[in-house]
Order: sequence, then structure tokens, then C-alpha cells
Amino acid sequence: MNDMALGEIYTGHVSTRADDDNPAGNLLDGDTGKWEIVVGLEVHAQVASEAKLFSGASAAFGGAPNSHVSLVDAAMPGMLPVINAECVRQAVRTGLGLEAQINLRSVFDRKNYFYPDLPAGYQISQFKQPIVGAGKVVVDMPDGRAVTVAIERLHLEQDAGKSLHDQQPGKSYIDLNRAGVALMEIVSRPDLRSGDEAAAYLAKLRTILRYIGSCDGDMSQGSMRADVNVSVHKPGTTLGTRCEIKNVNSVRFVRQAVEYEARRQIGILEGGGTIVQETRLFDTDRGETRLMRSKEEAHDYRYFPDPDLLPLVLSQGDVDELARGLPELPDARKARFTSEYGLSPYDATVLTGERARADFFEAVLGRTDGKPARDPKTASNWVASELIGRLNKDGREIDESQVTAAQLGGLLDLIADGTITGRIAKDVFDEMFATGTDAAAIVEANGLRQIADTGELEAVVEKIIADNPGQAEQYRVGKTSVAGWFTGQAMKATRGKANPQIVNEILARKLGGG
Amino acid sequence: MAAAALTGLTLAAAREKLRAREIGAVELTHAHLEAMAAARDLNAFVLETPERALEMAAAAGRRLKAGEALPLDGLPIAVKDLFATDGVRTTACSRILDDFTPTYESTVTAKLWAAGAVMLGKVNMDEFAMGSANITSAFGPVKNPWRAKSGPSAGKDLVPGGSSGGSAAAVAARLALAATGTDTGGSIRQPAAFCGVAGIKPTYGRCSRWGIVAFASSLDQAGPIARTVEDCALMLGAMAGHDPKDSTSIDVAVPDYTAALKRGVKGLRVGIPKEYRVDGMPPAIDALWRQGAGWLAAEGAEIVEVSLPLSKYALPVYYIVAPAEASSNLARYDGIRYGLRVPGEDLVDTYEKTRAAGFGAEVRRRIMIGTYVLSAGYYDAYYLRAQKVRARIAADFRAAYEKCDVLLAPATPSAAFALGEKQDDPIAMYLNDVFTVPASLAGLPAMALPAGLSPEGLPLGLQLVGRAFDEETVFAAAAALERAAGFTAVP
Repeated sequence: MNDMALGEIYTGHVSTRADDDNPAGNLLDGDTGKWEIVVGLEVHAQVASEAKLFSGASAAFGGAPNSHVSLVDAAMPGMLPVINAECVRQAVRTGLGLEAQINLRSVFDRKNYFYPDLPAGYQISQFKQPIVGAGKVVVDMPDGRAVTVAIERLHLEQDAGKSLHDQQPGKSYIDLNRAGVALMEIVSRPDLRSGDEAAAYLAKLRTILRYIGSCDGDMSQGSMRADVNVSVHKPGTTLGTRCEIKNVNSVRFVRQAVEYEARRQIGILEGGGTIVQETRLFDTDRGETRLMRSKEEAHDYRYFPDPDLLPLVLSQGDVDELARGLPELPDARKARFTSEYGLSPYDATVLTGERARADFFEAVLGRTDGKPARDPKTASNWVASELIGRLNKDGREIDESQVTAAQLGGLLDLIADGTITGRIAKDVFDEMFATGTDAAAIVEANGLRQIADTGELEAVVEKIIADNPGQAEQYRVGKTSVAGWFTGQAMKATRGKANPQIVNEILARKLGGG
Repeated sequence: MAAAALTGLTLAAAREKLRAREIGAVELTHAHLEAMAAARDLNAFVLETPERALEMAAAAGRRLKAGEALPLDGLPIAVKDLFATDGVRTTACSRILDDFTPTYESTVTAKLWAAGAVMLGKVNMDEFAMGSANITSAFGPVKNPWRAKSGPSAGKDLVPGGSSGGSAAAVAARLALAATGTDTGGSIRQPAAFCGVAGIKPTYGRCSRWGIVAFASSLDQAGPIARTVEDCALMLGAMAGHDPKDSTSIDVAVPDYTAALKRGVKGLRVGIPKEYRVDGMPPAIDALWRQGAGWLAAEGAEIVEVSLPLSKYALPVYYIVAPAEASSNLARYDGIRYGLRVPGEDLVDTYEKTRAAGFGAEVRRRIMIGTYVLSAGYYDAYYLRAQKVRARIAADFRAAYEKCDVLLAPATPSAAFALGEKQDDPIAMYLNDVFTVPASLAGLPAMALPAGLSPEGLPLGLQLVGRAFDEETVFAAAAALERAAGFTAVP
């Protein structure tokens, strides 16, 4: 039972990644040569549910201290836990999203330790028989590599409450609002090789959970946080001793923590020291990790099956039903966006990075007779570059956009049928983004329809040629590049409404000796 | 009716007289409150609730008068202090809970009040239900109303058994018509036997554990202690039933237990587990056991010898599993949110001081044992192995029920002993439960009932153990035994 000594879930440093599957760019230079970093994550994701895992109390974030606390959460004498079926469903759906084995029989255990924010003196968790077994996550790196990270397990457990030590000198306060909230602990194998990979993995996991809807992924409110296991070793040698950095709560901090911790360990090893297995904290202000407790101080959690709860038994039928209700997940959607719509991998990645973006894009696209109703590449440009680009500047997400998918579709239709020019479309979009007004209404109100009337445009062009004999002469003697200047003048004169193709035809005709 | 005549009624008889309006509910409760006041030296009650009792009795009286009687309307009962009672101090007879007063009512007591029963007060027990003599209570020991007429214990105060010692003593002394108890390894059956009353531990999962202070969650079951088998059947009928708030409570219908009392035992196969003939069992108990089998045979039952080969491991298994669960269940008593707090230098010091002051020696001993058997390096050798043996013990019972319908055994290996005896020898104390623990480990329904007197004039009990959720056969056999034994002795 040595594996129980620390109460560790993590099976240890057993990577599924091939020894030579690591680009040189991931290696760190030390005084004694190159070092390889090995990282595994234990991610705690709060289950999106109305109520806590074993009590009817609200699982909502915030609220006055101790306002979301039931008798069960406060561990009053004689209180008993009752499993929240919604949390079980979300864990299974998440397991399916991780392409993982779903265990039809799982067991809740008690993890025993004393702390004031753990009212019962034990946390109900799953130790030997988790609800979800081995799965995987594919992480796309910016350099085009796809890193496959093996998932070891996912289990359900209770969150603890919060201790407040800084309210009054000499006193600590306890807020049990979070006590008993359902968490999914998702344990990866140590298959990550850099801070960037660890960060990308966490981001991808967050995307998957948000697609599934099993976790809101709001890291600022603690909905997701990671325990980061880091070790370093020389390539080709056995894995080093790892340190665990607890409760890292952003993608950026995961990257920083890995990079700092790897450097720290390399420094110790190159100075002739050895790494001691320990638990550390990440100081976000200083960007460094600090000792929290050593292995010797580790708890003996005395795990044993919780006798208040029966084993959790699911039927394959239940699991199949949940599988049928699962949305299309990011990898599948991205593949479809490139194959079906011919989008570039980059655009497909941007558009599928959030389920809401992909949904928005496909709503803009629309469908008739099973085919996209609008041009996918045009729609992609407008959604990915124009809309998302602008929203990012404002720090907003697509579901906070005042321009609806239908409105953006309307704008695209006005471009497609020639009602407005591409240039005017940008101005129209500016106003749509600012006011949320329909494109057609803006075009009508401002008289922005494209001028495609040849007679009207001929008059404009003739006036420009007459007013600029010098430029006209240059063209005639062979400097045809001034044609662009003439087009610009025509667009300026019509405030962008002129159809550029027709203007060019007229110009060619008039300047070319017509 | 005279007060003594009122308190001397069985629950069933009082029920009939109330319905026939021969007696009044307030009058009946009054008589019991007076008896309680007169018998305070027994230390059976740790909290009397006369005002609440009279209020409840008055309400019952109005319903009885209106002809809208509830099943247990107007019947005064005592509640073991392990059951949370809304607005009434609940301590598990431990200093650590101090003057803890719940804002909630246990499911079992709530069902009793909904059935019209009247709460007389909270009765004494071993601290956190850990004990077999009711000597570990923070409120001091309970005296058994019985006295030995001869032998070494003659003239001495005797223990009532435990942990539901206050429940058994109160019922035996005619201070309550019935009482709630809980049984983890024999805590209903052993004190019932010591006090000459009846008690049943139903099948695990039959009664809700919600609102009962937990000792060992996989073993704890509520059940009644009363003076007759019929009274127990009436009580259990009101206490039992599925509760969605307890995940281990089972959703099966509660039968009419009183109907089973008239079934008789003709053709019933009664198993005699041969391994229960332990060394050093007093001849009177062995004789009573044979006599019990004889009585049932005379009523038409078939007596068969059966084997429960792993019975000898039941006590060691119990004293691993129960303390393991207790060590975790009692972690919540940390001085932070409720109950006793003894401030220390820092958090750990506060924990240590609070728990050292709050828990008695036996509770501390079991927390230490439980912590040890769950700790790294020992879990496999103790807890895991104990669970495996526990599963085999349950399998033994299932095999035995291939050959019989109910098991007959002694309830205890001795009659009540003197207060102070076995006090410093935990192992000797634990042996009290040798006949009760196996059924607890297997989660089976088991009932103790008084069947005779020892040569010293102390009550001796027999025990019937049935198949899971077959309390009806247990009641049927117990009623037959009760009729045959004709036990009428009073303390």
C-alpha cells in the first residue's frame, strides 16, 4: 500500500510519449548541456451544476460567506450525502469527450485529514475506482505539431471551503460556500514537454469542457485550476524526481510555473544537488514557486470506501444515451471546417476554439439544401478577422457581440448581390458593431448603395480625366500604373460607392484612346 | 386508572385503551413523567422534556377524541440521545457535543411523531454508542432496574447493557412504553436482554440513518426496545421506511409487522448455529437456548443444526470495521463549528485539546484503533482483510438460510453484570457482543426477547436472526417464543 502513503492519485512519472518525440526547441540549455522538461497536470474542473455534489445547496459562485451551506456541507451530526445525478452525467459526458473508458461501477472514498475548511474531516473523492479511466487529448501547437496527451483518469470529488486568514489579526474565518461543490479531477500522464505544451493542454482541455458544457472554464473564478507536476532530466536518461505545484489558476501561470520550476530544478542539479519530492506553491506576483510541504510532511489520508454511499453503478444504456447527446467536439469540428468549407487550418482553429464562435460562424453561413447558404471563406474572414478581432480588442467573447449572426449574414448578402461594395461594407460593419443596427437599414439611411450605372460613372470618370490632364498623359505614354490612382479618385468622388470593376472598364476605355 | 397501572400497560394495551377512551393521553403521559421523576437514581434519562411531552399528549388527546387517531397516538416513548431532535439537546452522551441542539429532526423520530407518539425525553447511552454496559456515557452510568437475588452480584448495582442502556432500563423500569435504540454490534439486543425486555435491530437499510449521530455507518441501524414482541412490531412499523436522504436506505415496502405475529411457526425451519456453543457459556443460558428450540418445536417448527463457520472471526472483524468508520465519522467533532471547543495555542493544539477533553477513554481507544487500521501500510492487513471476512460471514448466513428460515441463538453470553466489572478489560467487555455482532456484520434483522431467568433471578434473552428484509419471520418466531416462555417477571 505504499502508493497510498501520500494519498496520491497520480500514478507516477510514467509517460506514454515516445522518448524521441520532442523537438529541440523544447529543450532547455543548462551549463552541462540540454535538459528535457517532463510535465503532467491534475486539473480540477468545477462541474457545471445547480447544486453541490452531495447536498442540495447551491453551487453558484459568490454569495455572502456561508450563504450556500446545507446541514450536510457543514457536517452536522447525523447528516448524510446523497449523490447529485447531474454531476454524474457531466462526468460521464466529459469522459466521453476525452475519448475515455467509462467505468460502469465506481466507488466513492473518504480522504481523511483535518482542516477547518473541511467540515467532515474528510473529503469524499474517488480513489481506486474512478468513474472515468484512460482517455486522451490532442493538443495543437502553434508550430503545427499535434501532441497527444494520455489521460489517466477522471474522478468526481468535493471541493473544500475557504479559509480567510487576513480578515482580523489572530483569527481565521471559514467560508463554506464552496465546500461540497462538485469537481472533476482530470489527471494526465506526464506527456508534456514544455511550459507552452502544458499551457496549450490546459487551454485545449478548457475548450473541450466548455464545448461539452460540463464546466464553465472560468479560471478567474476558480472553476478550473491545475496541480502541475514538473521534473527535468537529460534526454535519454530516466525521468527525474518531480515536484508538484499546487492550484495554478491560469493558462499563463501554468506556462510560467513550469518554466520557473524547470529552471529551479536544473539549477539545483547542476549545482550538484538533488531534487526532493515536495509540494510547492506558485507565487503569481513574483512568478516563482515556493515550498509548501515536503514529502515527510505529507498526510496519510487513510482512504477507504465511504460507507454512507453505495457504489455508483451505471448501465451501458445510460452511457450510450449521454454519448448520443454529446455535441460535435472541437477536433471533429475543426476537421469538418477544413474539409467541408475549405477553410485554412488557422481559420478553422480560431473558429472552433470556442463552441460559441463555431456556432456563430455556422449561423452566419446558414444552410440551404444541405449546403452552406453563403460563401464559407467570406464568412470566415468576416467572423474570424473582423468580428472576433474587434471583440478581442474590447476583451469580449462572441456571445457578447451586439452584431448577431443573422445581421452579419445580411451584410454578406448585400456584398454578394452587389448592393454595396467591399469598402462600404467595412463602414457599414463599423456602424453595426457600434449600434447593433441591421446592415440594410444603415445602407438605406446613408445612401450607400453601390453605383453600377455606367452612364453615371462615365460622367464621374470623364470629369476626373479632364481635371487631371497630367496623369492622363502619363497613362497614355505608357505609365499604366496610374490607373489605380484614377480608380481611387473615382471611389473617393463617389464616397466608395462606385463599382470598381465598372470604373476600371470605363477608365481603360477612356484613357486608352476612347 | 392508578398511575402504576398506566405505566405497567404494554404499548399495545395502552393503544387500545386510548382508542377506547378508557384512559386519556395526557393522563398516560403524566403517569410516565411521574415515574421518571421517581426513578432518577437509575440515570436512564439525560434530558426530560415534560412540557413537550404534555403538549404532544394533549394534541394526541384531541385527535383521539375526534376519532382521528394516528397509529401510535398518545403513546409516550423515550428517545436515545443519538437521534437528533429538533430544538432538543442532542449529545450522543459525549462531552464533545456539549449542549448541541439540532435544528433538524432525525427521520426515524420524525416518523414516530408523525405517527402520534409522545416524546418523554432523551435517554442515556454509551458515548457515541460505543460500549456494552452504558458506563462510557458523559452523563454517568445507567443502573439496571433488576437486582440479583443471589450470587456474587447480589445487592450490587448492575449494568443495563449498552449502548442503548438508557432505552432498555427506561422501558424495563416502566418509565416509557417503548424507546428508540440503535444497534451497531448489539446495542439494542444486548441491553434488551440484560433488562428483560424485547428489542429488534431491523435489516440494514430498513430504517433511515438520517439524523442519527453516526458511529459506524455500514452497521448502524435504528430499532425499537419495548416490553413485548407486539410492541416492537408496532414501533418498527412506524420507524421503518425508505428515505431518499439516506443513500443506504432501501426502497422496499414496509409490511404490517403485527400481522406476522399471528402466523405461528408450523413448518418453519429454525436453525441452531453450532458454532454459537462457546466455551464458558453459563449452563443456564445453554439450557434456555435448548428450551427455546423445544418450545418452537412444540409449536410445529422444525429444528435443524446449521453451521456458521466464520462466526469466531466476527468480533475481530467488527472491532476493525466499526472503529475504522468511527475514526472517520468522529473527525467532524473538531471544536470549529459546534459543540465543545478548548482553545489552544494554534489550530492543531486546539484540535488536540478539544478532542482530548471532549472524548472519553473508550471513544479515544476506538478512534486510535480505527486510525491505525486505515493507515498506510496496515490497510490491507486489517481493514481490507476484515472487509473480505465480513463478506464471507454474510455468505455463511446465506448458506445457512438454504437450510432454515430463521436462526435461534442466545442474545448474550451472560446475564447483566455488576457495575464496575469488566470496566478495565476492553476485551472482556467486547465479548458481550459475541452473539450479536455476526448478524450486524451481515446486515440481517435480529431480535432479542426475554425468555427466562438466571439462577440469580436475572433476565436472560434469546435471539432470532432472519433473512434480509424478512423481519416478519423474526416477529412470527419471536411471538411464538414469547407465548411459550410466558415471561412475566418484573424488576
